[in-house]
Amino acid sequence: MSVRRLAPAEVQPKEFSFTAENLAWAKQQIAKYPDGRQASAVIPLLWRAQEQAGGWTSQKAIEYVADLLGMAYIRVLEVATFYTMFLLAPVGRKAHVQVCGTTPCMLRGSEELFRVCRKRINHDPFHVSADGDFSWEEVECLGACVNAPMVLIGSDTYEDLTAETFEKVLDGIASGKPVKPGPQIDRQMSAPIGGATTLKTAKA
Amino acid sequence: MLDDKDRIFRNLYGQGDFGLEGARQRGAWDGTKAILEKGRDAIVNEVKASGQRGRGGAGFPTGLKWSFMPKQSDGRPHYLVINADESEPGTCKDREIMRHDPHLLVEGCLIASFAMGANAAYIYVRGEFIRERERLQAAVDQAYEAKLIGKNNVHGWDFDLVVHHGAGAYICGEETALLESLEGKKGQPRLKPPFPANMGLYGCPTTINNVETIAQVPDIMRRGAAWFSSLGRKNNTGTKLYCISGHVERPCNVEEVLGVPLRELLENHAGGVRGGWDNLLAVIPGGSSMPLVPASMCDDLQMDFDGLAAVKSALGTAAVIVMDKSTDIIRAMARISYFYKHESCGQCTPCREGMGWMWRVLTRMAEGRAHKKEIDMLFEVTKQIEGHTICAFGDGAAWPVQGLLRHFRPEIERRIDQYAANPHPEPVRVAAE
Repeated sequence: MSVRRLAPAEVQPKEFSFTAENLAWAKQQIAKYPDGRQASAVIPLLWRAQEQAGGWTSQKAIEYVADLLGMAYIRVLEVATFYTMFLLAPVGRKAHVQVCGTTPCMLRGSEELFRVCRKRINHDPFHVSADGDFSWEEVECLGACVNAPMVLIGSDTYEDLTAETFEKVLDGIASGKPVKPGPQIDRQMSAPIGGATTLKTAKA
Repeated sequence: MLDDKDRIFRNLYGQGDFGLEGARQRGAWDGTKAILEKGRDAIVNEVKASGQRGRGGAGFPTGLKWSFMPKQSDGRPHYLVINADESEPGTCKDREIMRHDPHLLVEGCLIASFAMGANAAYIYVRGEFIRERERLQAAVDQAYEAKLIGKNNVHGWDFDLVVHHGAGAYICGEETALLESLEGKKGQPRLKPPFPANMGLYGCPTTINNVETIAQVPDIMRRGAAWFSSLGRKNNTGTKLYCISGHVERPCNVEEVLGVPLRELLENHAGGVRGGWDNLLAVIPGGSSMPLVPASMCDDLQMDFDGLAAVKSALGTAAVIVMDKSTDIIRAMARISYFYKHESCGQCTPCREGMGWMWRVLTRMAEGRAHKKEIDMLFEVTKQIEGHTICAFGDGAAWPVQGLLRHFRPEIERRIDQYAANPHPEPVRVAAE
């Protein structure tokens, strides 16, 4: 575990509230859980709040979600600091790049991807690039090990990367013409390269 | 090799339609009503007879787990919770089910919930699986739309299914931590007893099953326990999704019969070890928590629960991480230790403090910057962690280190000698300093 604290006061926004659309969505989510168990919706709501706020979770967002769910602020603060997908400081405007560094990806060359991040984005993780567009971090296993090495950017994974194809993925995001997510080599999802060894007789 | 007709996950690679139409063509939702009409006990007994063991790592018999649920409700609702918090390094099988064959899971949830008297089920998907969650939600919406689930559905058993998600905590794959998280708290495991079958989600009787386990249930019910138990060997029946990653020519996911020999698995489906079988150094056979198996023990290794227990490892999630001779095995294991350091929930002292300690020592050992007496000390510390924590996380972090020390001690010693043979201005410090 690691110590995670909220961003300093000077970068915290003054207020946060859901858009009308997100508020309606939030109410639907809360209704999925039994009466009196609305706290169950805390992670989905915080996640939506983070998406709305441009990729990070501020103190005001935490308090807003707590008020919405009738929870004590400290309980929601606990959740936001415990779960590492809640980023507590501002991230790159266009993308926050999460590079998997755990052993299966490491064995297939994730270290090259870190070199690209250090060179191209910022020497240090969680620091925004000079133009403000990108930031990066090393994350633990993202569950796409047979397509290693891989990164998660926003909602999409980019898999089977090399330093060159990773640069292309970043170029695509920088220029507003993102490449197709998924494997970046000729491959059907998690089937072996060159075609599946099974399911040949089955009807698709 | 497993015959295609015996495969359960027939859209593993997303070559067909994931939706209701495609799923129906592959046989899902066929005769589900007739299955439910057999009654609760008949379903539990069929699953027991199939010999299916949980696919999430611990390998607990599914039917037996279901039978722990109270037969009659005491007024509290029963719940089924699906553990889709797939985060074990090396494992990426449930992801394929959720994005390519989600209806098998939805149907399995209905059958299992009925068998346990539950009218609601929650699927807890790991936070990073965003597209997978969207797919699964789309399948659930389709099932509601077609009145396959929901109130007054065609199957005559009111059933609500909620897709929930986490936000990046590996520990939420531990079943009681998952329940805490689902209740909107930090994911810190609960003390047991009480067990979830008595006091689970919201204090109600709850059973937690893995995605693959539940997605296999409709096929077990349709084709019969005899079919399932005819695959594999006694105590190790059925098929299993294997995730083959690391140093093989063509990493992939594949469904094979339980107990397939490792070499056959790698050579038939993954193009073999990079540089040939003789270039194999070791495999981690069941996700990062399981002790590695050195190449010398891999020749006739059977990939099932008993086969791997015989070499002091375990099947776990059947995530095979292959390492060839170019691997720096100590660094590779140190990276796994870093993973556990990062993911410890911080509740129990041996785990919270021990994870960082093991990682620091292993990192030094990878450079050779250590004393030989520290090897025994490290082993001793893993034994102090194992079995002294609330949940099995401590065990799962200690075992890979024990596996390394058991099989690669000479390599660690060689590296220490190498370092010591060269002059260094900094003194080598001992672990406790």
